[in-house]
Amino acid sequence: MRFLLIEDNVKLAQAICDRFALEGHVADHADCLSDAELSMRTVAYDMILLDIMLPDGDGREFLRAHRSANNPTPVIVLTARSEVSDRVGLLDLGADDFITKPFDFSELEARIRAVMRRFGGVANNSKTFGDVVFDTTSGSLSVAGEALQLRNREMRLLEVFFGTPGQIFSKTHLMDRLFSFSEEVSENAIEVYVGRLRKKLEPSQVAIETVRGLGYRMVLEQ
Amino acid sequence: MRSGDATGSIKRRLVVQLGLVTALLSIAFFLAVRVVAEKAATDTQDNILAASATSIVEAVYSDSGEVRLELPYSAITMLSTVSEDRVFYRVLVDGETITGYDDLPLPEGRATGIGPVFDTYPFRGEALRTVQVARTLSVQDQPRQVNVVVGQTRLGLGAISSRITTNAVAIGTAFFLVATALSFLAAQNAIAPLDRLAQVVARRGPNDLRPVTAAAPVELVPLVGGLNSFMERLRQALTRSEDLITEAAHRVRTPLATVRTQAEVIHRQTDHPASKKALREMIRAVDESSRSAGQLLDHAMVTFRSDQLETQEINAADLLRDVVDRLQPTAELKDIHLALELDDDPVTVRGDIILLQNAVRNLVDNAIKYSPADTDILIKLSGEGACQMAFIDQGRGFGEADLTQLTSRFSRGKNVDDVVGSGLGLTIADDVARAHGGALDICSNQEGPGACVTLVLPLS
Repeated sequence: MRFLLIEDNVKLAQAICDRFALEGHVADHADCLSDAELSMRTVAYDMILLDIMLPDGDGREFLRAHRSANNPTPVIVLTARSEVSDRVGLLDLGADDFITKPFDFSELEARIRAVMRRFGGVANNSKTFGDVVFDTTSGSLSVAGEALQLRNREMRLLEVFFGTPGQIFSKTHLMDRLFSFSEEVSENAIEVYVGRLRKKLEPSQVAIETVRGLGYRMVLEQ
Repeated sequence: MRSGDATGSIKRRLVVQLGLVTALLSIAFFLAVRVVAEKAATDTQDNILAASATSIVEAVYSDSGEVRLELPYSAITMLSTVSEDRVFYRVLVDGETITGYDDLPLPEGRATGIGPVFDTYPFRGEALRTVQVARTLSVQDQPRQVNVVVGQTRLGLGAISSRITTNAVAIGTAFFLVATALSFLAAQNAIAPLDRLAQVVARRGPNDLRPVTAAAPVELVPLVGGLNSFMERLRQALTRSEDLITEAAHRVRTPLATVRTQAEVIHRQTDHPASKKALREMIRAVDESSRSAGQLLDHAMVTFRSDQLETQEINAADLLRDVVDRLQPTAELKDIHLALELDDDPVTVRGDIILLQNAVRNLVDNAIKYSPADTDILIKLSGEGACQMAFIDQGRGFGEADLTQLTSRFSRGKNVDDVVGSGLGLTIADDVARAHGGALDICSNQEGPGACVTLVLPLS
């Protein structure tokens, strides 16, 4: 997916763009409204992430103009103010969602996914591996032609494996992807979710293999 | 709130002062009535005495050089009509008594023939009012001086006087009583605006800082003005501190977001367990401070808005649906299902939408935070008797914590050391409930583990 991040704090913007890159997304940074408009004329974005306080204008003005121009690109607002006072105003102005800084990146991802689901998904967002088709936005899975719905953590786990099939992922890495920083979980917790995925993938050619001492990888069964 | 010590009462002072004035007026009235009445009675007696004496002196005539007197009967009867008083008279010709009481003294002051001379003196053991009338009679061309003295005791006058006194006392007392009662009413009436103002001010909530608009009499306008300007200053101070919190939160949050995101990036890229652990601690610390900042701001906002609720009709189901939609992505991260169980009939409350949203969001947020993964949170709306929104989770519950203490600021359960929190969530919800005349019920879930928090609001 391709994002446009409109944020005047360069360091924060850089960190967010790096974070998106880690997930395999592309995020372009615009540090003011005029810059953003320039970018939007040349590139089609899947989503806009908008800060409210910008050097050359209020993000809310941008939002209003964006909506009155009938631009369909969804917008998630990044606000540093209180939820109480901003909430109503932002949603009324046409923001699809908002998140308060500082945020947990997985929460931002979850919100992006929820907004995308409401927009009917992104065109080329389903990935195929063997006889499994996986839609990373909706979390729906087609296993040997049969539709399945994954729960959130199963979906996020499978997303990691689908990112680079065949690669071995350590338990620690998978845990980092699945659990929030405030959760204290044992390493074995990941086995529960791997077990669930295996059960759902049972009828297909795709398997999640345990690589003793190293972790797990997704492979095609021979 | 402590009131200052009362020093006297305006009403009592007014009543006492008006009572004193009334008493003085009553006494003056009594004296005036007595003086005027007695004067009138004395004048009446004097007129009759003078008439009697005059008719006697007119009846003196000369007959062949002798001065004679045919005492007119009417001269005595006219006096006896006044009362049962005794009457004395004495007729003198050139200083010689020709008839009457020889020892009846002459009134002081010589009669000049121009008018009668009156006097009062004791005679035979009684106070006597006397009049002397003089006439010069020509007897064989010799002028003869005729003096007539007529006196009457004052028993009748005394009776009249004592009757008048009794009446005057009665009237004076009645006047005093009526005037005192009226002054009591007047005092009450006079301080009524003060009472009203005191009530208007006392009826306000502790956070109500709107100016007092109740009509006040001219004398109270400076007081009301002072009060209003004081409250305005207080309100500005509150607004300033609210702005300060908003600004501070904003200033703190952007750098925190930078730190957190950078830490997440490095955490992902490093494989060094010690660094990972340190970064993890760092991110949790960032979360804790941003959460505290956010909830302090929320709390300030709730406190500020509580006194000027912008109320509207709110459909409780819509409110819950809205908040659940908003928090669903957060809950999904832990595979927590937010189950909404609504009442069949619409449940409406009157309230401030921003505050209620905030309270509900805090409660759902709490439930998500303290619930283990793969569980359900039941959000139940019932309109029976009151609008009851129950938030039932399968988390750790409140353990051994004192349930009554949980709504106080910064108080948290005793079993939550591993969860980031500020201890303000329940306080905020409780404050919002109170501001709407409702309550927040906290209990441990009766069916199985977990907590059950119910936000109870009056139906509109």
